[in-house]
Amino acid sequence: MEKELKLMKGNEAIAEAAIRYGADGYFGYPITPQSEILEYLMEADPEKSTGMVVLQAESEVAAINMVYGGAACGKKVMTSSSSPGISLKQEGITYIAGAELPCLIVNVVRGGPGLGTIQPAQSDYFQAVKGGGHGDYHLIVLAPASVQEMADFVGLGFDLAFKYRNPAMILSDGAIGQMMEKVELMPYQKRSEDLPSWATTGKPETRERNIITSLDLDPNAQEKFNQKLIQKYREIEEKETRYEEFQTEDADFIFVAYGTSARICQKAVQLAREEGIKVGLLRPVTLFPFPKRRLNQLADKVKVMMAVEMSAGQMVEDVMLSVNGKTKVCHYGRMGGMIPTPDEVVENLKQIIKGE
Amino acid sequence: MAEFNPKDIIKPENLVYRKSKVLTDNVMHYCPGCGHGTAHRTLAEVIEEEELQSRTIGITPVGCSVLMYNYLDIDMQEAAHGRAPALATAVKRLMPDRFVFTYQGDGDLAAIGTAETIHTCNRGENILILFVNNGIYGMTGGQMAPTTLLGMKSSTSPYGRDAATMGSPVKMADLVALLPGTCYVTRQSVHTAAGVRKLKKALKKAVEYQNKNMGTCFIEVVSNCPSNWKMTPVAANKWMEENMFPAYPLGDIKVPAGE
Amino acid sequence: MAKVKGAVVIDTEKCKGCEVCVVTCPTQTLALSHEVNGKGYNYSYSANPEACIGCANCAVVCPDGVITVYKMKVE
Repeated sequence: MEKELKLMKGNEAIAEAAIRYGADGYFGYPITPQSEILEYLMEADPEKSTGMVVLQAESEVAAINMVYGGAACGKKVMTSSSSPGISLKQEGITYIAGAELPCLIVNVVRGGPGLGTIQPAQSDYFQAVKGGGHGDYHLIVLAPASVQEMADFVGLGFDLAFKYRNPAMILSDGAIGQMMEKVELMPYQKRSEDLPSWATTGKPETRERNIITSLDLDPNAQEKFNQKLIQKYREIEEKETRYEEFQTEDADFIFVAYGTSARICQKAVQLAREEGIKVGLLRPVTLFPFPKRRLNQLADKVKVMMAVEMSAGQMVEDVMLSVNGKTKVCHYGRMGGMIPTPDEVVENLKQIIKGE
Repeated sequence: MAEFNPKDIIKPENLVYRKSKVLTDNVMHYCPGCGHGTAHRTLAEVIEEEELQSRTIGITPVGCSVLMYNYLDIDMQEAAHGRAPALATAVKRLMPDRFVFTYQGDGDLAAIGTAETIHTCNRGENILILFVNNGIYGMTGGQMAPTTLLGMKSSTSPYGRDAATMGSPVKMADLVALLPGTCYVTRQSVHTAAGVRKLKKALKKAVEYQNKNMGTCFIEVVSNCPSNWKMTPVAANKWMEENMFPAYPLGDIKVPAGE
Repeated sequence: MAKVKGAVVIDTEKCKGCEVCVVTCPTQTLALSHEVNGKGYNYSYSANPEACIGCANCAVVCPDGVITVYKMKVE
């Protein structure tokens, strides 16, 4: 089948991409600004076409635990929510990470803390990339900056999750979830009937029983398991770091921004260059793994790196760790659902340059 | 009659009872006399006799029976506290031809997992929920459970459970029987041979109903906790008959129409 | 007249001495030993083997599945 062009909301693109990718199940609970994902799937009713199960759970907690059960069967299962709901899911997420199960979690971030606002924000960065729940673990975190990437990262997220037996998260925000753009959709794929050898599918005579658990009462064994996880995360950092650069070749200054902020910074680069300021943009596409090595290289030749985030300054800490004191790192952000304008960003950079 | 020698009887052709092949050889970690072992054993027998091993997926709780997967030779998932019915929901929806059960204690099912229990039953998921109620938190050392009897002492109700400040025992089987999604709700016990045989019959009915996609089967086993009740197993079973059974009467609460 | 005779085999090392089988036995075949097993439990044993009728009630209530039961008709 041919690829298809459509005008869609980011949230709808995620839902449609999940059906086309051949996801086995979606378990969700309504929350603004991402309810369109569940609504779209309910209306599309893919159980009749591809056989994909869609279920509205009684809570975010139940939804992520349905994902846990489905993932333990080796199925391609996902959930989505927005910030307060993702906080509720953290228990399930740490169990899934601890049981080394693949799944996809979408966070269409809104302002916080608490109930916060329903407008876009990037204030869940720490929660997404540093673990989020208890224990030493990481998610693979993808940060889409367009409706196209909302669609594309569904497949990428599942592929990486299964490759590493690790939960993956799409860390989006209310702006990208709600905005409409042209999106090229992949053809429909048939759902795979093959299940991984570790999955709990019913024990045949031919193999030992499969047990999915995150529990080990022996601290020696648990530490060995922790070391195995660390090895996995190092491998992910080695092989799966993704980023995009925009006019960094001759840059004296660099914006570091992801998602909606990266789109704003792209315009800010253009405006600044019109005024003769040589600025570029590095957009992390994966937030874990973070493009540490590339930032460290760029730090050799730039005067300032400015992290632009819709938060009080979270990713900026990873930028600092990446450059390890080689160059000046600063932060500009808006919070609470406010979105910075390109002019604001350029103005802020100019203030920093003046202070140099 | 010749001199009696048991060795003349102990021959394969005379075997009337052996441990189920679905039970592993691991020694269960449960305290002496604990009903969990008997419930595990009975479930294993049903899985063996109904030839379900290759299509059973079980979900274990958090609590004393968290390590159940060490004892049953079947594929199992270990859930977060109270969430087993959510896992089971997805497993059954994604693999409808499998036999799916959760095994949960009273803290897991009736306190932290109440929402999952109620909504799974309300959706009528085609699963078996096997609920072991001994009126106390066993694993954490004898704290008050939602099913602790009024006046009953525990480490967090040291002067006895007081209805005014701690609420009254939750009767989960009666609650879920009200929901249209449940097809079979029954209360059984495992402290007598007759009780175990009745539980086995109930489990076989649950298998039959799940095969027919009739809705949620909910089997409560009223059980003991000798260690945390601070009694010998024999005394605990007597106390259970005298105190638990009046509050949680044994027998069917809901059966499918026409049964 | 044919009579039913039974016999039990108890895995005494796995027995936890809970005594549930002892009180369940209708013919007082079983008792707890004075000896202890490797775990320190006074394990269950067949104290009156000739009384056993092979009803298997002991095995059915045993929480640890340590009892195997045999039964035969004797003339």
